Amino acid sequence: MRKYFKSSLFVLMAIALVSMCAIGCGSKEEKATPTPTATAILTPTPTATAATETYKIGAIVALTGTYANLGIPEGNTIDMFVDQINANGGINGHPLEVIVYDDGGVASTAATLANRLLEQDNVLAIIGPTTTGSSIGVADFAEVNEIPLISMCGAISIVTPVENRSWSFKTPPSEYQVLDMLFPYIVSQNISKIALIHSTSGWGMAGKAACTAEAAKFNLSIVDTQSYAPEDVTMQSQLTHIQGTDAQAVMCWDTEKGSALVAMDMKTLGIDLPFFCSHGIANKGYMDQAGDAADGTVIAAGKILIANEVEEDDPQKDVLTQYKADYEAIYGEGTANTFGGHALDALNILVPVLENLDENLDLTQSDDLALARADIRDGIEQTTNYAGTGGIYTMSPTDHLGIQTNTSYGFIVLIKVLDGQWTWLKE
Amino acid sequence: MLGKLKNKLVPSNKHDPSVEKPTAQRHSPISITQLKIGKISIRWTYIAVAMLLTFFILAPFSWFLGKYNFVMISMGINTIVIVGLCLLMGYTGQVSLGQAAYFGIGAYFSGYLSKSYDVNPWLAMLIAAIATGAFAYIIGYPIFKLRGNYLAMATLAIGLIMVTFFKQWDVYTDHAEGLSGIPFLSIGGFAFNTPFRRYFLVWAFCLFILLISQNIVRSRTGRALRAIHGNEAAAESIGINVTQFKVKVFVLSAVYASLAGSLFAHHMPSIGPQPFDFLASVKLVVMAVIGGLASIWGAIFGAGTITILSEDLLVRLTQLAPVAYGLILVIVMIFMPQGVFVALKSSAKWLQVNWINLPAIMNRKRKEFPSQMKNRMIRLVPARLWRKSEP
Amino acid sequence: MSAEHFFQYLVTGLYQGSIYALVGLGFTMIYAVTQIINFAQGEFVMLGGMLSFTLINSAKLPMPLAIILSVIATAIIGGIMYLLAIRTAKKASIVSLIIVTIGVSIFIRGIASEIWGIEPVHTPAFSSGAPILFWGAHIQRQELWIIGTTVVATILLHLFLRYTMIGKALKACSVNPEAAGLVGINAKSMALIAFFIAAILGSIGGVVLAPVLPISYETGVGLALRGFIAASIGGFQSPIITVVGGVLLGIVESIAIGVSWGPFSSAYKDVIALLVLLAILLIRSGKLASEERAS
Repeated sequence: MRKYFKSSLFVLMAIALVSMCAIGCGSKEEKATPTPTATAILTPTPTATAATETYKIGAIVALTGTYANLGIPEGNTIDMFVDQINANGGINGHPLEVIVYDDGGVASTAATLANRLLEQDNVLAIIGPTTTGSSIGVADFAEVNEIPLISMCGAISIVTPVENRSWSFKTPPSEYQVLDMLFPYIVSQNISKIALIHSTSGWGMAGKAACTAEAAKFNLSIVDTQSYAPEDVTMQSQLTHIQGTDAQAVMCWDTEKGSALVAMDMKTLGIDLPFFCSHGIANKGYMDQAGDAADGTVIAAGKILIANEVEEDDPQKDVLTQYKADYEAIYGEGTANTFGGHALDALNILVPVLENLDENLDLTQSDDLALARADIRDGIEQTTNYAGTGGIYTMSPTDHLGIQTNTSYGFIVLIKVLDGQWTWLKE
Repeated sequence: MLGKLKNKLVPSNKHDPSVEKPTAQRHSPISITQLKIGKISIRWTYIAVAMLLTFFILAPFSWFLGKYNFVMISMGINTIVIVGLCLLMGYTGQVSLGQAAYFGIGAYFSGYLSKSYDVNPWLAMLIAAIATGAFAYIIGYPIFKLRGNYLAMATLAIGLIMVTFFKQWDVYTDHAEGLSGIPFLSIGGFAFNTPFRRYFLVWAFCLFILLISQNIVRSRTGRALRAIHGNEAAAESIGINVTQFKVKVFVLSAVYASLAGSLFAHHMPSIGPQPFDFLASVKLVVMAVIGGLASIWGAIFGAGTITILSEDLLVRLTQLAPVAYGLILVIVMIFMPQGVFVALKSSAKWLQVNWINLPAIMNRKRKEFPSQMKNRMIRLVPARLWRKSEP
Repeated sequence: MSAEHFFQYLVTGLYQGSIYALVGLGFTMIYAVTQIINFAQGEFVMLGGMLSFTLINSAKLPMPLAIILSVIATAIIGGIMYLLAIRTAKKASIVSLIIVTIGVSIFIRGIASEIWGIEPVHTPAFSSGAPILFWGAHIQRQELWIIGTTVVATILLHLFLRYTMIGKALKACSVNPEAAGLVGINAKSMALIAFFIAAILGSIGGVVLAPVLPISYETGVGLALRGFIAASIGGFQSPIITVVGGVLLGIVESIAIGVSWGPFSSAYKDVIALLVLLAILLIRSGKLASEERAS
């Protein structure tokens, strides 16, 4: 049986066959954009009638890696949204398809995937990536190739300066806006010295840079900065070092896994200083992992976690409660979080623009596709007063983030963990 | 001419046992190494190389393959690193679990110098290569006093140390989000700013490096390396300075990795420390072994297989991708333990020798197969029961 | 770093090091008998923890039973890994077999992320109660369990290798495989047993770690790296020195954080630990080389 057909040859041929099939499956979309000369020579390809043409959007999210608990809610939200839209007949009858790729939080993978979305999948727009590092690369890429991008990352540098980023938008507020909410609260608790402990992942390092830069503005001094690797087993030593300083509070900048460990270690060591975290922990998993140690943690984040406590006449109330109900119906109680909300906002901004897309455009021709993308970009810039989970968005040619900062209800709130529940902390 | 071709390819007396033939002619008259058409006789390897070259040159122009430029560029960059790694692991038998660190040094040096200090990208690449080579030289002598797994551990330790420095460097240079905005390489006014142009740049580099390495392998240095791989004590006894050669190959592999890193930095819109960490080093080792450590050309196959798998074929699977990837690795290593290149070569040879007999082989096996099964099934039944049923 | 905290750093380092030591023991077992570096060792730890979580939470089994079952299940998975992936690769060189273990580890990680998702899982502690205060150091009870488990496992392993027939056969395989074959020891069975033992050690580590460290599908990678470092200090031969190496690694990391000040922040703890490791390796190889020359 082994020698039946020279086993290695057999395996090679099998792999070649499978990969041909895989390439073949992946390249069905390519037949949609033949080069102009090819269409003249070959039989005219029957173009799909405008009424049933699928609108294709690309999405790059971090479904694996250290950012997975940011990216997976985004991916889940995208799936849920697409199902809802298509169940209601699509966008003016056009089915919506979002092609989701996983970049693992790595910038170079995101660049390759963006290239793939552009060259092989011929998408109208790109949503994501989840992380800032990936987004910078994809934003440059979007600029050169003139394809609209709605990023879900934190840094404001994705959309500024607007002349260099005329094709990039984003929905989440920046880290600085979050800190501008959190630091005044810390100061109001008569705390002037804090210790910062952060992860060496991209999220943690970016947070450390932001905290260090913003702390001086509020007369907060960071007396000790400790870091740990995402795969570390315990942070007790770093916390012991912090115990040796005169810090009055501990600030942890990491996603939920590391922050939960820090909370647990703080409890073990008997450190009962006030504990502040980043909005990266805004996830049910934080309480599941940290258990009792999570109580008393304070973060500044979007309103989705306390959607039920939002005031009735807040324009965001409907979106928040609807999204929370829909998401938790599928994925379980208490799982809705801010990152999924960013994806929802991106899609909710994009869909009305797609509804206004010129029906006469043939999306299989590259010229029309370019026109469609430019129309979509212009359409996004005209978004006005969209009440989303992250805030109220009004985009413009000079503002590609669009969150209105001086509304009466605010878009970032202080949230405290009490008895294992997210509770709104009103001053 | 076709008639002459037929005469050359179809053997006349192969199955006639009564005809006594000298030993040399009893084998198939098809030459394994050369294709003979009339008076022209070309080695098969040249034909294969010519076909490959044509394929690579024409690929980006084609309608179908032109969309894969990005993947092909990644493949080329990986090949450059793997050639160095193959030389290191295959010819000196030393495992390097930290190769991605030198890749990273090249990338960070080249990117940072050309972005923040406005150094010409080519000069930055050269500086990075020299710096990496010097670094490898300095740490090479102490490390190569170690043997076997200690050496692997030491290379791993160096790699991990470098990753920490990369992460901290990002912070010190205020690029916590990664290094971006690195200028493209350019010759005169011609900038390599599209994937199409970079494809040719990267593969030109790749070809150049492959030719240099082939030259090294065939030279005195290559023979010395093979002697070391065979038996270090014996090589030492005939006067080869083993440690010096090992360090030389190590430095060479580090320089290759650095060049590839520079190309990577001037290709990707933004780089962070992740493509240079421990898992990346493991991936490089996997590429080298899958390609085949025995030869330089195996590097293309190894880099190609893994790059195409992880950046193209499995991308659609998102979360099931690791499952498929791990399974493919295991299966490929079980059936092709020497690597894909060696398996391809031996399969090609086997086909060449046996393609005439192929129908016979298939028929013969088909007839034998059922009886083999029957024998196996009989043995499953205990002998007592079997004998009982006999009349 | 003040004197009162010194003991805390030591205790934390001891706790970390015990985990590294347990993982390193698994590496040492497999390497000693088969010359393979098993990159899937971390996955055994991960599986032990996650299986115990599933058995405790979903199947609602009592904790001791859940622990025993998850250890047995992981041991079976280790055995299957050996039989299906390693034994079938007959003609493969050691490097190829190492790639096979890499493939298996990626495969197991992928399947784990499909089954358990990406959220880390958390099991209840073995003994409830507040952390213990001892000489100024706070120790969680579960951490004591971890340290104790490592000590007990090392002692049992040592006794097993020295005083039982199978243990002696394993040792014989590690010292000289050909001679062991000549006296009738079946290398393949010994390899299978080595894989079983490594899987058992790994899963015990995972089971006892899960209450204090939420385990996710990726936890195995970082732990395997540290365990590999611990095993290499032990030369991949001696379990006792592996444990010593693991504990040393943990303590050095902890103390490096303790003495961090100014630009030498705690981010460099890995660098310091690895430099210490390199120093040990160079000294050890120097000693080994001079022993070789002397003999």
